[in-house]
Amino acid sequence: MSNEHRHHHDHDHSELSETELRVRALETILTEKGYVDPAALDALIETYETKVGPRNGARVVAKAWSDPAYRQRLLHDATAAIAELGYTGRQGEHIVAVENTPATHNMVVCTLCSCYPWPVLGLPPVWYKSAPYRSRVVKEPRAVLAEFGVTLPQDITIRVWDSTAEIRYLVIPMRPDGSDGLSEDRLADLVTRDSMIGTGLARQPSEVAA
Amino acid sequence: MNGAHDMGGMDGFGPVVPEPNEALFHAAWERRAFALTLAMGRPGGWNIDMSRFARENRAPIDYLSMSYYQLWLAGLETLMAERGLVTADEIAAGRPLHPRKDVPVLAAADVAPMLARGTSTERTPSVPARFGIGDRVRARELHPRTHIRLPRYVRGRVGTVELAHGAHVFPDSHAHGGAEQPQWLYTVAFEARDLWGDDADPTLKVSVDAWDSYLEPAQ
Repeated sequence: MSNEHRHHHDHDHSELSETELRVRALETILTEKGYVDPAALDALIETYETKVGPRNGARVVAKAWSDPAYRQRLLHDATAAIAELGYTGRQGEHIVAVENTPATHNMVVCTLCSCYPWPVLGLPPVWYKSAPYRSRVVKEPRAVLAEFGVTLPQDITIRVWDSTAEIRYLVIPMRPDGSDGLSEDRLADLVTRDSMIGTGLARQPSEVAA
Repeated sequence: MNGAHDMGGMDGFGPVVPEPNEALFHAAWERRAFALTLAMGRPGGWNIDMSRFARENRAPIDYLSMSYYQLWLAGLETLMAERGLVTADEIAAGRPLHPRKDVPVLAAADVAPMLARGTSTERTPSVPARFGIGDRVRARELHPRTHIRLPRYVRGRVGTVELAHGAHVFPDSHAHGGAEQPQWLYTVAFEARDLWGDDADPTLKVSVDAWDSYLEPAQ
């Protein structure tokens, strides 16, 4: 198959259609052989399209912002604290929460593949899995941040966590000024996916429609 | 293996391009390839380390030419072929040519419990931790042709143990059908200048998660 890929890479359109045909053929073979249950495929897709996504992580962060005891539990044992909210399982078996402060900004990468905390963030975006992000964020994170439109003070420490084992990292972004008194639901609206990877910051209350 | 997958610190890949309101899948086939890969874990019986090795163990030009889910698909085909579940001639023909193997199948009712349970890699340690928080350690120069999770950019470099995670399944053996051989796992943080030299960002610290046998004491 490597030769096919090499050949077809010059023709993006035909490569795509060939891949499409290959996947269809594979699904036919696996279904006819009885190795996969079509209803299980539907359940897998539905789970990640509708039930698991960054809204889960946003709820975790919002709770940590508004409940000091929860924040302590999250920083002490994130896996257990996140499980309290019902988010467990695949690619989230061992989670560590790392907190941004005025002195330190955390970022997460997997330079070796695409490790990502699925139960709290869902499936990773294409850029997270891409060669530019994986290669550069461990060496020039400020340049990478600039490509996300983020500029941090020059003296702030950038702390990059490379997920080389089964430990998954969740960044707790700094709570925005002017968010006092907001409910957990409203706070969760301020927490973006990128802010929990470290390529973004939490949104200001003024950026979110009331 | 020192493959193209080990990207930390490489130059020349260009800018990161975030996509506003990115779709979860960018083509119908990606959605199918994702689901097929997850569903085939049960009949296939492979572990995550085997999956990773099946994706990364290819010529750099191929690894770098494939999109993410094309790599998943290539890895899945490798794993299935190795076990005789689906063979290259069947994929070429687009239909089954050989008898099915007697393997368990993931039922729809098992999907939610399987995903919620996950697969913990933590095991009870059989020995005390060799390193403590704050210890200075050197990442060893290890270059096996087989699977390893110690990225090249830290090999030979000295860092500081920041976290200890208990004993975890050792991917280097687990990827190749060996025993779990659980070892202590540590988060080791490196100053950027110790990785990238005098021109490094002075505000940057980078950590990796490293198994015990990847490390040696340093002063």
